[in-house]
Amino acid sequence: MPTSPLDDLHRRRGAHMTDFAGWQLPLRFGSELAEHAAVRTAAGLFDLSHMAQLRVVGPGAGAGLDMALTGSHAGMPVGRASYSLILAADGGVVDDLIVYRLAGAEYLVISNAANRAVVAAELVDRLAPFDVDLVDVTQARTLIAVQGPRAAAICAAAGLAGVVESLSYYTAAPARLAGIDLLVARTGYTGEDGFEVSAPAEAAERVWVALEEAGRAHGLVLAGLAARDTLRLEAAMPLYGYELTRETTPWDAGLNRFVDLAKPAFVGRDALVSDDGTRVPRRRRLVGVAGSGRRGARGGYAVINPASGQTIGEVTSGALSPTLGYPIALAYIDAAAPSAVGTDLVIDVRGAHQPFSVVARPFYCRSPS
Amino acid sequence: MSIPAELFYTAEHEWVDHPAAGRARVGITDFAATALGDVVFVDLPPIGATLVAGAPCGEIESTKSVSEIFAPVSGTVVEVNRRVVDAPEVVNEDPYGEGWLFAVDVAPPVPSLLDATGYAALPDVTT
Repeated sequence: MPTSPLDDLHRRRGAHMTDFAGWQLPLRFGSELAEHAAVRTAAGLFDLSHMAQLRVVGPGAGAGLDMALTGSHAGMPVGRASYSLILAADGGVVDDLIVYRLAGAEYLVISNAANRAVVAAELVDRLAPFDVDLVDVTQARTLIAVQGPRAAAICAAAGLAGVVESLSYYTAAPARLAGIDLLVARTGYTGEDGFEVSAPAEAAERVWVALEEAGRAHGLVLAGLAARDTLRLEAAMPLYGYELTRETTPWDAGLNRFVDLAKPAFVGRDALVSDDGTRVPRRRRLVGVAGSGRRGARGGYAVINPASGQTIGEVTSGALSPTLGYPIALAYIDAAAPSAVGTDLVIDVRGAHQPFSVVARPFYCRSPS
Repeated sequence: MSIPAELFYTAEHEWVDHPAAGRARVGITDFAATALGDVVFVDLPPIGATLVAGAPCGEIESTKSVSEIFAPVSGTVVEVNRRVVDAPEVVNEDPYGEGWLFAVDVAPPVPSLLDATGYAALPDVTT
């Protein structure tokens, strides 16, 4: 079983560990609600060492990724990050990814831990016709995220002021901290400003402790996967295995803007467009819903049309929103069912029919800084 | 992990302060509260409800999961703790004190319950 290079440190910090995609990772250090709140008001420190880090290197890297993935990657400026999808030939989502252009002929692809092997194998296969090599550096690296409104101040205090000032949202740049070579990206999965730092695995503890100590004066807390999940849900960010599966197309998930149909070919394209070049109709639609009270809707619960009593869909993720104080959920409903903001729905919460209505996504949006 | 010696326990991680005659308070154990994570919603049986030992009588939700509450004893619900309904985090903060869930007028037969030593020896509590 792969182990985070921060495993020992987490246990010394009293983390409640959980199994996630074959990795032992912190579920929470103390109260996950306190960790969630800290990310919204100050900052949280997360270990993301389980995320797959795949380097794609060679003159054919950009063209190869353009064929392998849905986004436009050959034309990305160096230092830019881009959310992208890898599809099966039938248009189903194999995984969602962040692609960073590190140099003219070098990219870093971050994929979900659970999909590491399948994404690496698919990329090797799809990149074979191009002059490019794929190197899985996951276990040689660590990935540490600092997320929250104080994240920039904390990274600056840790000695990363220069790179922090140079980075806008969805950009990345190399940096050095105490002699350690890092890649610092202004990306995240919480709906807050924040940074994700890739470092050599052997330096993981030093980077973590440097950020932890710099963060002490800023209210930084150590945070686990439980808070990460409620944070991403409030930000209405999809999670592979829930909102995104092999049975989901980008159209279903509303991820149209991450699919570059101007590219003449990429894996999955033929399944997404009709012969006349228009998008094939979606079968279902991802919506955000909110309820009242405190009883949450959870993954797998049926969504019902209150007028007809018919089941029209299913919740994929849901929780009592820690920030908003009411239940929120993401759900797929039939494409033909009404889905405008304000549409009333019912969710079967363990036999109790609870009223919900469609709301705009994201559920939570940070105030402009 | 706190397991008070004076209480009685079920394998489903409820505690009851005395299982025989009279009025008994019921709650969930520190182990259960810690395993659940932060409790965000508690659904308790109404006053007057008849409970059957071992049968589900309520629900407790954390951010990550929903668990049923099983009646540790049979009887009639005579009081519910409004405090945990209004502020579910009390269940995490003080599971054997302010975080009690409801009180029951216990009816026979007296079920077989674990004492603190027996509860502490349950495989999932021990590990």
